Amino acid sequence: MSQAKTVKLRIKRQEAPAEAARYDRFEVPWLPQMNIISALMEIRKNPMTSDTKQKVAPVNWDSNCLEEVCGACTMLVNGRVRQACTALIDHVAPAGEEITLEPMTKFPLVRDLVVDRSRMFEDLKRVKAWVQLDGTHELGAAPRQSPENQEEAYPLSRCMTCGSCLEACPQVNSSSSFIGPAAISQVRLFNLHPSGSMHAKERLESLMSEDGLAGCGKAQNCVEVCPKGIPLVDSIAQVSRQATKHMLFGWLFG
Amino acid sequence: MAAKSAIRSESGKVRRVVVVGGGLAGLMTTIKLCEAGVPVDLFSLVPVKRSHSVCAQGGINASVNTKGEGDSPRIHLEETAYGGDFLANQPPIKGMTDAAPGIVYMLDRMGVPFNRTPEGLLDFRRFGGTLFHRTAFAGATTGQQLLYALDEQVRRYETLGVDDDNGIAIPGEKMVRKFEFWDMLSLIKDEQGVCRGIVAQDLKNMQIEAFPGDAVCLATGGPGIIFGKSTNSVINTGTAASAAYQQGACYANGEFIQVHPTAIPAADKLRLISESARGEGGRVWVPKSPNESRRGRDVPESERDYFLERRYPGYGNLVPRDIASRELFLTCFHEGRGVYNTRTAKNENEVYLDLTHIPKPTLKRKLAGILETYEKFVGEDPYENPMRVFPAVHYSMGGLWVDFERSADGSLVHDSPRNHATNVAGLYAAGEVDYQYHGANRLGANSLLSCLWGGMVTGPAMVSYRKNMGRSAYDASSSLFDGAKKREQAKYDAILKMDGPENPFKLHAELGQMMLIDVTIERHNERLDEVIAKIDELDERQRRVSVLDTSSRMNQSAQFVRHLSNMIVLARVIAQGARNRDESRGAHFKPAFKERDDANWLRTTMAMHREGPNGHGEVTYVRELSYAIAGKTLTVSDSVDVGLVTPRPRKYEQAGAANAAAPAAPKAGDASAKPAVSV
Ligand SMILES: Cc1cc2nc3c(=O)[nH]c(=O)nc-3n(C[C@H](O)[C@H](O)[C@H](O)COP(=O)(O)OP(=O)(O)OC[C@H]3O[C@@H](n4cnc5c(N)ncnc54)[C@H](O)[C@@H]3O)c2cc1C
Repeated sequence: MSQAKTVKLRIKRQEAPAEAARYDRFEVPWLPQMNIISALMEIRKNPMTSDTKQKVAPVNWDSNCLEEVCGACTMLVNGRVRQACTALIDHVAPAGEEITLEPMTKFPLVRDLVVDRSRMFEDLKRVKAWVQLDGTHELGAAPRQSPENQEEAYPLSRCMTCGSCLEACPQVNSSSSFIGPAAISQVRLFNLHPSGSMHAKERLESLMSEDGLAGCGKAQNCVEVCPKGIPLVDSIAQVSRQATKHMLFGWLFG
Repeated sequence: MAAKSAIRSESGKVRRVVVVGGGLAGLMTTIKLCEAGVPVDLFSLVPVKRSHSVCAQGGINASVNTKGEGDSPRIHLEETAYGGDFLANQPPIKGMTDAAPGIVYMLDRMGVPFNRTPEGLLDFRRFGGTLFHRTAFAGATTGQQLLYALDEQVRRYETLGVDDDNGIAIPGEKMVRKFEFWDMLSLIKDEQGVCRGIVAQDLKNMQIEAFPGDAVCLATGGPGIIFGKSTNSVINTGTAASAAYQQGACYANGEFIQVHPTAIPAADKLRLISESARGEGGRVWVPKSPNESRRGRDVPESERDYFLERRYPGYGNLVPRDIASRELFLTCFHEGRGVYNTRTAKNENEVYLDLTHIPKPTLKRKLAGILETYEKFVGEDPYENPMRVFPAVHYSMGGLWVDFERSADGSLVHDSPRNHATNVAGLYAAGEVDYQYHGANRLGANSLLSCLWGGMVTGPAMVSYRKNMGRSAYDASSSLFDGAKKREQAKYDAILKMDGPENPFKLHAELGQMMLIDVTIERHNERLDEVIAKIDELDERQRRVSVLDTSSRMNQSAQFVRHLSNMIVLARVIAQGARNRDESRGAHFKPAFKERDDANWLRTTMAMHREGPNGHGEVTYVRELSYAIAGKTLTVSDSVDVGLVTPRPRKYEQAGAANAAAPAAPKAGDASAKPAVSV
């Protein structure tokens, strides 16, 4: 009988941002329909490195829904940013190649594969990514919307705040504070909504500074990596047009 | 005597309340509290935007009746009670179904991109247990869209300040403070047994803190992970509910666990293919020949057994989940007619869920999310080939017992502090963690509704409770909080020292496997006895685990050791409840007791925790309990309020059996009578 199939992983380990990093190698039994998450789950059942045979702490990683709707398990798989749950072993390593896992690099590290993406949620505050509701009491039906409007809004609304677009964007780095594509696309979403559009101005103004729309370098990496295929470049272009219009004519029409 | 200031304690601190959980129920509760001017500390294991509610696919029910079918909240109530096999108290259901249309409108106002009709109205589709188009949806990621809408509103409250009694802003205070990546460890109860806050742990640096709260709401979701793999998110261990139960909260109807008929198996989780697939016309079948070796799409129509349509002509593919899951299990497991796999040369535990007869553009518009999931994880094209699916643990009808106050018209008394109150004074529960709305079996798309409605009721109930409470939690003695924190710190330190031979993750796999096999679709008393004995054994062995990791930074192993122990406690409640209930009702099915037994079992299972002699938790079941609320002691029993819809046997073979005023029944067995696909 041929040797049982295994999955080989090389995982970046780091206790804290200030501590030294290292790579640990693991080898776990292959299972049908296995993804990166199930490989990580196997490691926990026997956390021992495969080359040095050392007992180590199980790997810490972030995950929740495991069906690519929560955005939690975003990491670098062989250097490419993506969700670990939809990274199927047979696709990533069809011939049993070693797979490298690393945390995203554009966010502060918590430990191992876990990073802190709070800045993205802060950015959503800054651009006021919400409809300004009068209250949750009964006020009857909302304004009607055409199916076309819904079909434009829905894809934008699927943004999981996963951080892939920020990770891939060359303009997001330690020496720039560019807000990144995700928040800008949310501005497009809320400016599209019949009542959300009533506060379009405020949202546009929040993006007028250096680190707002002007920060985009048009590398277009964001659309390449977005797991939900959100038209981020379109969004940036549209919101830029809105902002220009607002800048030119805003004072006229108030 | 009520406290002097609505906003400040005697010592001048801002009086906040605690909401644990940022899924739909927790966020809705938070919004209601904020609207009433009550500041909230909101806790969640994950950033709230990543809560399990994102998983919900199919939609949310509301009898808006835009399709001219004569649907109404009354019929929604009847079908919910009937679908739940009459185990749910009916006044809360009535409150919920009456409010449902307003809730969906509210969500629309918040910006949820619901699918639209050509006229620009909300579109509705069919779901299980009804013949009406009652389910609003945003593609096939409805839960995500609803959660985001509430998340946005709560984020807005994070930016809004707190005003004092004179309407003057209090410096540095915000309406909502979020504590994300925090794990609630326990309640803080004072000498009178009143809940005064919680102890929680920061999962980034493992620091433990005590937080006062004038009232506490648990909105911590379901416990699916007790069954190992399920359709649930990985954080759904039920740890918070278990902790509250161990501190005196009653756990009700734990044995009612919903198994969803259609999921796709994998190594890490069982991914759901939503009931909306059938709501849009999807059909379930197996080949008539058990040795059929052709691919699904190549099997001619005449050689397919659409067994749900055949056995339940009235509701067909949209029979409620308990029935559909049992039928799938019967077909695959007992009759050995699951889809034949030429590679393994056996009949797999799989049936076809077929959408290939529906035009691709329609599928893209209405179901893209789930079909994308199938494509990504199975690697087959569901537009061309029927999907292969099997049942999976999905939802808990049971949960923390909560009260309600019935109004004269049979609904809920608005603002009553009794609504959603647990039997621990000051502790509330809402969402999947409560037991209130779904009886013995939940209808599809009713959960998102019950989470939102639960939040809409719980917020105001907490406001009433807080208004009438005596001393604020912020004026309780600091030793109460210090003591609670020390206790939890000592427990955690003990976990960090565990270095026994057992691996906690392997123990969990054992627990899950056993619960999955013996405590789901079919239950046998002999097997349940073995399960209960095995739970005791696992309880012993978990005391000899190794923590595997002693880091003082984020330490998921140490956290898991705690969750495992809490899962074992709830597993016992579930298994013991199933063992006791000698009847079949909804999701609880015993082949040895096939009939529903209203004379003996039309009652709520109420479990209370007791520390046993060898440190094992013991479950005691009570027929009534007394609890203190609003200065009174109330005694409540396990009887079910069925005053609005009289219990009767369920007959889904007959179209319209679930309600008194059914729409025109589709003709039995007629394929063209399957749910209309609106294009
Ligand atoms: C795949 C899938 C599809 C579904 N589809 C539908 C559908 O179409 N329609 C429908 O009506 N229902 C559906 N459901 C059911 C529905 O999604 C859930 O019942 C519902 O979302 C539960 O919401 P919740 O607010 O109660 O809890 P959750 O969304 O589970 O949130 C729980 C919250 O509590 C927090 N928490 C838990 N424990 C702790 C702790 N110890 N400390 C701090 N925080 C804690 C979590 O971080 C989280 O924020 C589906 C379920 C699944 C699994």
